[in-house]
Amino acid sequence: MIKTEVLVIGAGPAGLLAAASAAQAGAQVLLVERSERLGGQLIKQTHKFFGSRDEYAGERGIDIAARLIRENEQFTTITTWKNSTVAGIYPDGVVAISRNGSFYTVQPQKIIVATGASEKTMLFPNNDLPGIYGAGALQTLMNVYGVMPGRRILMVGAGNIGVIVAYQLLQAGVEVAGVVEAASQIGGYAVHAAKLARYGVPIYTSHTIKAAHGTECLEGVTIAKLDERWQPIAGADQYIAVDGLCLAVGLTPLTELCWQAGCEMRFVAELGGYVPLRNSSMKTSQPDLFLAGDVAGVEEASAAMVEGKIAGLSVVADLGYTGVERELEQAKKQLAALRAGPAGAKIRAGLSQIVIEEAG
Amino acid sequence: MRIVNHPILDFPQQEMIQFTYNGKPVQGIAGESIAAALHAAGIKTLRHSSRQHRPRGLFCAIGNCSSCLMTVDGVPNVRVCVEPLRAGMVVEVQQGKGTIV
Repeated sequence: MIKTEVLVIGAGPAGLLAAASAAQAGAQVLLVERSERLGGQLIKQTHKFFGSRDEYAGERGIDIAARLIRENEQFTTITTWKNSTVAGIYPDGVVAISRNGSFYTVQPQKIIVATGASEKTMLFPNNDLPGIYGAGALQTLMNVYGVMPGRRILMVGAGNIGVIVAYQLLQAGVEVAGVVEAASQIGGYAVHAAKLARYGVPIYTSHTIKAAHGTECLEGVTIAKLDERWQPIAGADQYIAVDGLCLAVGLTPLTELCWQAGCEMRFVAELGGYVPLRNSSMKTSQPDLFLAGDVAGVEEASAAMVEGKIAGLSVVADLGYTGVERELEQAKKQLAALRAGPAGAKIRAGLSQIVIEEAG
Repeated sequence: MRIVNHPILDFPQQEMIQFTYNGKPVQGIAGESIAAALHAAGIKTLRHSSRQHRPRGLFCAIGNCSSCLMTVDGVPNVRVCVEPLRAGMVVEVQQGKGTIV
């Protein structure tokens, strides 16, 4: 049995910040990551981030990942396990980890779950054909491995991820047949949508996917026009020949470990699905289990990093380390500032349903 | 197909290694995911579903969704989106749940 003060599950932006913040205060940290790379989804984000300088605005995700990994490497108190999957959290607080074909048991005093989110799919005939991808998969193929995912691809979803990944497809030399969006307006940042417009990419607002076609692989897609009540308009279908269809229709928190650990959960549509109840220090109804990042509700990477900091500092405060209170308060203010304004309205509405001061 | 010119990223040419897909020789880069190598070679069908035998391909590429399970060196249910490629690997389209013996 391996003992550690803090176990951080997931080494994306939230987990890296959580580990660094706890280690900075003097705690022993075990950081566990299932993939062979640290940085989570940042390693495929080639675009520059928005926001304020505190959350690395103006930097590309790939550069932020490299910087966070370097910062973590400076702490001798952080042990990092890559290629390691947390398989279970037991009632006595023991965590089972599958690593290099062996099972390890770890007994942490505090756990920070930073497992992120997974991509949602969409219902339409033949939605399982090869050639239909989540947006993150295309980013992985192009931006991590340098592989073109297809010759001509149609994007579904004109939110931030949809417009950003559509532009990344153009940068990789892929033809973008269009962006299909069920809403009547583009939801993503105007600067990215404008880049698509300059390349002549059509954006089909008030449209949805009716069906995919193909036998062994995707060969084309039928799109339907929607009326103001989101119903398909008869006779307005269009066939678009493509060898790839990219779904950027949202993410859902990866909460399996939270369920298993017995956290009190609630479905919050604004946050992407079921999320654990928690307090403003990211503590769940299980007093030794904290959250950070998309697992606590799907948001931007900037919010994930600040939540990581809050979780890391809260955990060490609970462990009895002193002198972190001011930094913790500052981080909470930073997070509130990130969510202020009209862009944060949806997140604020979601959080109002699950942030409970008495939790824990 | 591989990206040759990219405005932000650099993909230097690397030495290619050989593996097989359903017995046919395919080339890829050691250490990239098996799925990436297959995609670069234009191969998108990775398995057939267990009940209706429908073709399945890559969907999430980060080991979440189980769409890409293949039989690799005789071992079924390998998530080829996260399994690094090595020279000489025998990669096969998996039928249904795969067979162990």
